[in-house]
Amino acid sequence: MTIATDPPKESFRLSMLINDTRYRSYTFQAIALLALIVFFSILGNNLAQNLAAAGLNISYEFLGDPAGYDINQQPIPYDSQSTHMRASIVGALNTLIVAFLACVTATIFGVIAGVLRLSNNWIISKLMSIYVEIFRNIPVLIWLIIIFTITANVFAPIAEFRLPRDGSDPERTLIFGMMAFTNQGVFIPKLTLGDSGAFVIYAFLASILGVFGYRGYARKKLFDEGKTIPVLLPSLAILIVPAVLMYFALGRPLGVDLPEMGRFRFEGGLQLRTSFIALWFALSIYTGAFIAENVRAGILAVSKGQSEAAAALGLRSGRIMNLVILPQALRVIIPPLISQYLNITKNSSLAIAVGYMDLTGTLGGITLNQTGRAIESVLLLMLFYLTFSLTISALMNVYNNSIKLKER
Amino acid sequence: MSDTHSHSVAFVRHDQIPAAPPPAGETGPLKWVRENLFSGPFNTVMTLLGLYIIYSLVVGIFPWIANSVWGTENIRECREITQGNGGACFSVIEQRWQQLLFGFEYPSTQYWRPTTAFVLLFVAVAPVLFLNLPRILLVFTGLYPFLAYWLIWGGTILIPISAALGFVVGYFAFKRLEHNSFATGLFGAVAAAVLTWWVTGFLVGAAPGLIALPEVASRNMGGFMLNMILGTICVSLSLPIGIALALGRQSHMPIIKWICVVFIEFIRGVPLITLLFVANVVLAYFFPPETSLDLILRVIIMITMFSSAYIAEVIRGGLAALPRGQYEAADSLGLDYAQATRLIIMPQALKISIPGIVNVAVGLFKDTTLVSVISMFDLVGMIRGPILSSTDWAGVYWELWAFAAALFFVVCYGISQYSQWLERKLQTGHR
Amino acid sequence: MKKSVFLGALTVAGLSAGVAAAGTLDDVKARDMLNCGVTTGVPGFAEPDANGVWQGFDVAVCRAVAAAVLGDSTKVQFVPTTGKTRFTALASGEIDMLARNTTWTFSRDVDLKFEFVGINYYDGQGFMVPSALGVSSAKDLDGATVCIQTGTTTELNLADFFRANNISYEPVPIETGAEAVQQYLAGACDVYTTDASALAAQRANFEAPADHVLLPEIVSKEPLGPLVRHGDHEWGDVVRWTLNALITAEELGVTSVNAEELAGGTDNPEVNRLLGTEGTLGEMLGLDAEWAKRAVMTGGNYGEIFSTNIGEETPIGLARGLNAQWTEGGLLYSPPFR
Repeated sequence: MTIATDPPKESFRLSMLINDTRYRSYTFQAIALLALIVFFSILGNNLAQNLAAAGLNISYEFLGDPAGYDINQQPIPYDSQSTHMRASIVGALNTLIVAFLACVTATIFGVIAGVLRLSNNWIISKLMSIYVEIFRNIPVLIWLIIIFTITANVFAPIAEFRLPRDGSDPERTLIFGMMAFTNQGVFIPKLTLGDSGAFVIYAFLASILGVFGYRGYARKKLFDEGKTIPVLLPSLAILIVPAVLMYFALGRPLGVDLPEMGRFRFEGGLQLRTSFIALWFALSIYTGAFIAENVRAGILAVSKGQSEAAAALGLRSGRIMNLVILPQALRVIIPPLISQYLNITKNSSLAIAVGYMDLTGTLGGITLNQTGRAIESVLLLMLFYLTFSLTISALMNVYNNSIKLKER
Repeated sequence: MSDTHSHSVAFVRHDQIPAAPPPAGETGPLKWVRENLFSGPFNTVMTLLGLYIIYSLVVGIFPWIANSVWGTENIRECREITQGNGGACFSVIEQRWQQLLFGFEYPSTQYWRPTTAFVLLFVAVAPVLFLNLPRILLVFTGLYPFLAYWLIWGGTILIPISAALGFVVGYFAFKRLEHNSFATGLFGAVAAAVLTWWVTGFLVGAAPGLIALPEVASRNMGGFMLNMILGTICVSLSLPIGIALALGRQSHMPIIKWICVVFIEFIRGVPLITLLFVANVVLAYFFPPETSLDLILRVIIMITMFSSAYIAEVIRGGLAALPRGQYEAADSLGLDYAQATRLIIMPQALKISIPGIVNVAVGLFKDTTLVSVISMFDLVGMIRGPILSSTDWAGVYWELWAFAAALFFVVCYGISQYSQWLERKLQTGHR
Repeated sequence: MKKSVFLGALTVAGLSAGVAAAGTLDDVKARDMLNCGVTTGVPGFAEPDANGVWQGFDVAVCRAVAAAVLGDSTKVQFVPTTGKTRFTALASGEIDMLARNTTWTFSRDVDLKFEFVGINYYDGQGFMVPSALGVSSAKDLDGATVCIQTGTTTELNLADFFRANNISYEPVPIETGAEAVQQYLAGACDVYTTDASALAAQRANFEAPADHVLLPEIVSKEPLGPLVRHGDHEWGDVVRWTLNALITAEELGVTSVNAEELAGGTDNPEVNRLLGTEGTLGEMLGLDAEWAKRAVMTGGNYGEIFSTNIGEETPIGLARGLNAQWTEGGLLYSPPFR
């Protein structure tokens, strides 16, 4: 029988703070904390002194003042008498719009290029390598400016769509009578809602959920009972039929607003401005090149034995891709994809180079410029972006955890 | 046997028929074309599409290059010569290449200095990138920053020498005190270095003209040189900071850990452009009232913070990839934290992280173009500002942007090819 | 001294831009260099030429101040600033004066704590349209797409003008003048608006300047002038009176050619006071007696600076207009030197 003995009770000596590993970490942390506090108080002190010397103060009151400038793309109502705060929110929404759309298209570009780069078609795989290398190795700012220059100089001038003053026909007309690609932007029809039009939209949204539900059901059926049921056609039916039925049942409440030539430009319809298109396209194609590399690496990371084994089971090549390769590749692809999405959001701040009125263009641009409130604006700007980034990475991490290989 | 047969059948062949060549469609380029380009309807369509894309690119670009104009003084002369045939006006590159490469204020008689520094950069980086070169070259790598500083900024050679001397003295002080404990060594080294700088400071003050190159203020740096300077300085500075941050984030000390986490996540959560705004319009307020730092130095501070957060994440990945056993083995040998990190963990973790670090470096180098947004005349700023708004060259876009794109492509493609080569080389150990 | 030696040893001597103590005038003299904020490039007003030497109307003001204070018009460090960075650069002491198309407004003077020392160019915001558009007045622009060069008060004036006339427009804000012109020429916007002087300057560079017209409306007052930090009155006086010296020199007929000769003494006491042969004006400013003579000798008097940089003989081709002397129907009116 052994008797547990207490460790010898040493009295605490000051030197133990440095020499004893049990206490040393406290010393270090105390020093670090102290250094941090000293550092920030020096900064704060300098700031206060400098501001006092310049006769300035830190105040966010300017956010309540009328902004005084106009913004072309307004997701929420805004005019030049709205406040700087509202201008910032309009900018933030514009940032989110372009970032979201660019994430979607960049993923599409990236997946296509990544898969095609592995194609055994020599021309295609070489073309894709060239695309990836060219876009990866040239700064996105240069691409953005080049693409902006292209939209201005290569798209048809809007003047060619105008009715000439001598009454003759214009040089160009709307494609299919509904859209036009001009150097002032792309004009497309806009969906207009009648009185009960919202219900059709709700029905459509519900259908989308329904499709996911049906696919989950099909999957369960496959795993539990080993039966495959057709997915594609029923999905399409679920997607379209309820909305169409609702549309007719409610007496066609949806309309289309077609662009129509006014004195200077098309009125009505939806205008995708060149600054928006340039930014959207530049972000998508630039980030697409990076995503292509991730996709390629992900597919190559799935060992060849997996597809051979699947083939030995008699699966067709499409199913091998869907059921065997992609689920495994996705686990490799998703984490870098998250950081690419974050990069898109952050790179969208380059909008300032093409005059797209995003957050950097409003709050960090004209507002800062006109009010001269540099410190306040920049801090608020960083806070906005930090919120976006943390939210996106939190959401994506939830998704990533849900598809992660559950290790047992 | 053969006798009997020779009577029973009319003809017997005695030697084997030489193998017939495969059918024309199954050999040589034709087979390759058929299998690689036209193996199915989808592939055929893709091939034709690819060929069409190549065709339209060539048709689009060929007249631009074939009809290009060199040697004119301004865009008006170019327009007279091309007469709208779509030719490029490369004269702008010819006229302004010095501005594009060095900025417009770097004295033109001194261009050899940054050029030399640029060439020597390759010599200095070589032993870091290629591990089979003799290790003695690392001495030059260590001396390079001081040499490059002297070459690019000028002034007396005593400044870089005394700075280097401080580091050398610090190193020896560290060696002497290290056996005591790592922390003592570190503090001793810092003290010794500061003391050396203080002493040599008087020397520099006494002989400010000794072996002096003409001084160039950092305001006068510009063009592609500015991109290179920012890229190189910030990447090299952010490596040690990134390592420290990565270790801090892995640390068991909660306060240190949280400081690092907050710093890294904050920096990674905001766009570089906002950090540059900070450098440009905010940072000046945070310095002591009587001093003001140059814009380039403020930008270096912010970009270094930016890249060190990214490098920290890469290195953290490298640390996480090390098998647990390495840490345990180091502990069981009785190494303390500093020794274990320095001798066991870091060499392996860094080796794993090199490709990631190179990727961050390439990304950072490309991002240095953003300084053009805050009115610094780097390559992009030079084009967007003085050149495109000058009376002579307003309206020459494609040529200038093609030039800028080509410069960046050459550098970044070179680095990324190296990174891929290294990745392949490092992989062989595991398979 | 000890501090700077130490910094030198830390190899950041080349990077630290010196020390800004209370008196800017003393700083500039101690540094033997004037830090002057200018634009990143507006033809005629401030742009580096092919040799990298800054030229232009605003640049000339900086050079005159350097000549007056330091005796050498080349001792100027030009600091390019954007619309966003200019005020911080001045407030933080990075530059000693800002000579960049900056409109003198109430809030900049009072709220941002700057001191506008005078007006060196009376400008106003104008519109340029292609003549093919068939527009003769800015009020016909309902629904047009307008390219704005951001930076001065342009966006605000534009919003006010269209709001006041109750017509709509599509704003396209662009950072640099070069890119705005590029968009405008490609037809990506129907109208280009910025200060009328810049419009004229940029139109001069077009392939076919005659195809574009400036509309008659000038929608804002844009008094552009150099500014310094609030509170440093000695320095403000130096810059103010250097500018006034240039204007007065033109009024009195003192040019870069005859200044040397007139400095020998004339019958006109005001010329004598200006050129330092009579009175102690220079001493009162904390400068020597010949400060104004040097300022005028640098690039000439106001009229000479105007005609060499943006006048009718240059590609910019601006008429004096409001910027003529008061004696000739303009607004330039310098307080007397006495």
